[in-house]
Formats: sequence, C-alpha cells, structure tokens
Amino acid sequence: MAIREILKLPDERLKQVSAPVERFDADLLLAIADLEETRQAGPAAVGIAAPQVGWFERVVIVDVSTKKGVPNHGHLILVNPEIEHWEGFDMGREGCLSVPDYTGNVIRATRIRLTACTPQGKPLAFEMDGFEARAVQHELDHLDGLLFIDRVVSRRTDLFQRKVYAGKGRSGGGKPDANRRGDAGGA
Amino acid sequence: MLTLVGEDRPGIVARVTGTLTEAGCNLGEASMIRLGGNFTIMLMVTGGSSPAELEATLAPVAVDLGLRLHIDPVTGGGHQHLIPNIQVRVMGADRAGIVSAVTSALARSGFNILELESDVAGDADSPVYIMNIQGCSEATVEALRESVAGLKGQGIAVDISPIETLIG
Repeated sequence: MAIREILKLPDERLKQVSAPVERFDADLLLAIADLEETRQAGPAAVGIAAPQVGWFERVVIVDVSTKKGVPNHGHLILVNPEIEHWEGFDMGREGCLSVPDYTGNVIRATRIRLTACTPQGKPLAFEMDGFEARAVQHELDHLDGLLFIDRVVSRRTDLFQRKVYAGKGRSGGGKPDANRRGDAGGA
Repeated sequence: MLTLVGEDRPGIVARVTGTLTEAGCNLGEASMIRLGGNFTIMLMVTGGSSPAELEATLAPVAVDLGLRLHIDPVTGGGHQHLIPNIQVRVMGADRAGIVSAVTSALARSGFNILELESDVAGDADSPVYIMNIQGCSEATVEALRESVAGLKGQGIAVDISPIETLIG
C-alpha cells in the first residue's frame, strides 16, 4: 500500500472524464487500498475519488460514519457508481482535497438513488440522503471531471430558508444545477 | 487594503483591476458588492509600488469613475481562512438596534463573525430586516440559541444552525 499524490487545482487532469472499471482483479483491490490510505492520510476527508490520485477509473470511497448524528451506510467503496434518481435540493458548504484552502456553498440534491458495484463486481444499490448523499454527489462529480468550485454559488444566495417550504411543489427527479443568479446591475 | 466606493455603473471592476495590473500589483482576496445603488470594493493588493504611488496611480481612475478611494497598509495576507461552523439567520420588522442586539448576544458567547450580509426586504411601509451571519464558535448551538432566546420577545427571529463542511 502507498499514499499517492493528490492532484490539485489547476491540474488539467482533474477535468478528465474517467473510464468505467472493466477488470475486477487483484490490481483493482491494490489501487483501492492505496486510494483509501491516501484518503486517511489527508485532512478528515469523508470521501475520495480515484481521479484525485491520477487514477482515471470510476471508483470512489465515501465514509460519513465519523460525523456525529449523520445517517449513513458506513464505509462505501463504489465502483462504476451511477445516480439514478435525484430529489430536492439544499445548499451546503464543501471543500476538497484537490482544492486546498477554499470552501464554498454548493447546491446538491438532498436524496438520491444510487447503483454501483463492489470491488468484486457484485451489484449494490442504495437510497441515501443529506450529508451522505452530498458526499456521493461531490465524489461522483470527480469522475466526470467536475470540481465543487464548478458549482459554487454566491455566499449571498442563501437557500437554507427554503427548507421551510419542503414538500410544497418541490421539483423532484431532475439533476440540480447551480443556481446562477442573473441580477442586473453595474460593476 | 484598497477601499473604493461610488455610484454603481458598468465597468468599475474592469477599469480598477486593469489599472492595478498595469501597475504591477497582484490582487488577492476581495469583497465587491452593490449596496444601495453604490458599488463597494474592498480588495487586498500586494506588490507593485508603495501605498503613496499606488494612490497616485489610482486617483485619476477613481475621479473618472466617481469613486472614493482609501488605502490602508495592512499586514494580513492570503491563506488565513477560517471555516465557519455556525450559520445565524435573523429576520425582523426593520427597526434600530437589531444588528447590535443579535451580535452583542453572540459576542458574549465568544462567537467570531467571519461574514455578515444584510438586506432590507419588504416594502417601504413595512420594511423587513434580514441578516445572515456565518462564523466560528466554540460554544454549542444550544448555548448560542440560549444566548439569543431573549430576542424573540422583541420580535426578532434568530435561527442558529451548524454548518457541516464536507471535505471530499
């Protein structure tokens, strides 16, 4: 096992789309072990995606079980993950191992349905919400060459309050996109 | 630290930053926002010339754009971010003393404000003051809620919630 170097902005390789895993073999397990060791070595990351260590296959690790009071499915190794359904939206603050010393507010779906494979190629399916769903969306973005900074919204764009209206005609199912405000004005 | 304030119009940021770049300055962290029809800039600048030379360079541009210019030598720099762990949302019928009442209560609990933005919503007859604060606090959410509990009777709604920053 080895701690691998984390690619950091503005490394162009972070924008690359990763390829599906096709060989579920011993090399895959070794690479996953490195990925986990690299995650553990960093600053309290709840997830890591393969491309962050220069490995451009669709593998992520997510573990939010260390956060107090956060519903979770434990330590997850997700190979070829796909989000099949999105619901609701909420804003939350995110940072990234690949973007040191910066955090920003990002809109994510509050509830997702997810399929993936285990490292042995067995199918997995999850329904998850809240912080865990956010972590999965953050990591899956890496597989498509996206960073959270591609989705950051103005700190003044406060959507927290909209929770109050939850359940009243919220859009469901669509992939949430960053809510870019188009205020007219000068400057 | 540069402060520039003046009536809003298109092109202020482009002109100011262009002038700074030509003068060999590096731009750092900045807050630029329209407040009440004015455009306000607070901008960290390093490199280039002395504060006096910088002022001489920028002054004609400021005059041209109708901006007031102020330059303070400061010691701070980049990479000193703190990550907020508490969000405070405040809403109440607009009247004098809301900000002071809320922030005094928070300050007594050792709350450090990192960011505060506020706006007056509603209409001219019944304005509503809305304020969002993000900051760092070692006191618990419960302790902070307790500290502002007395404001409810004064018609000020204060909602305090944790910010769980996701690092992934």
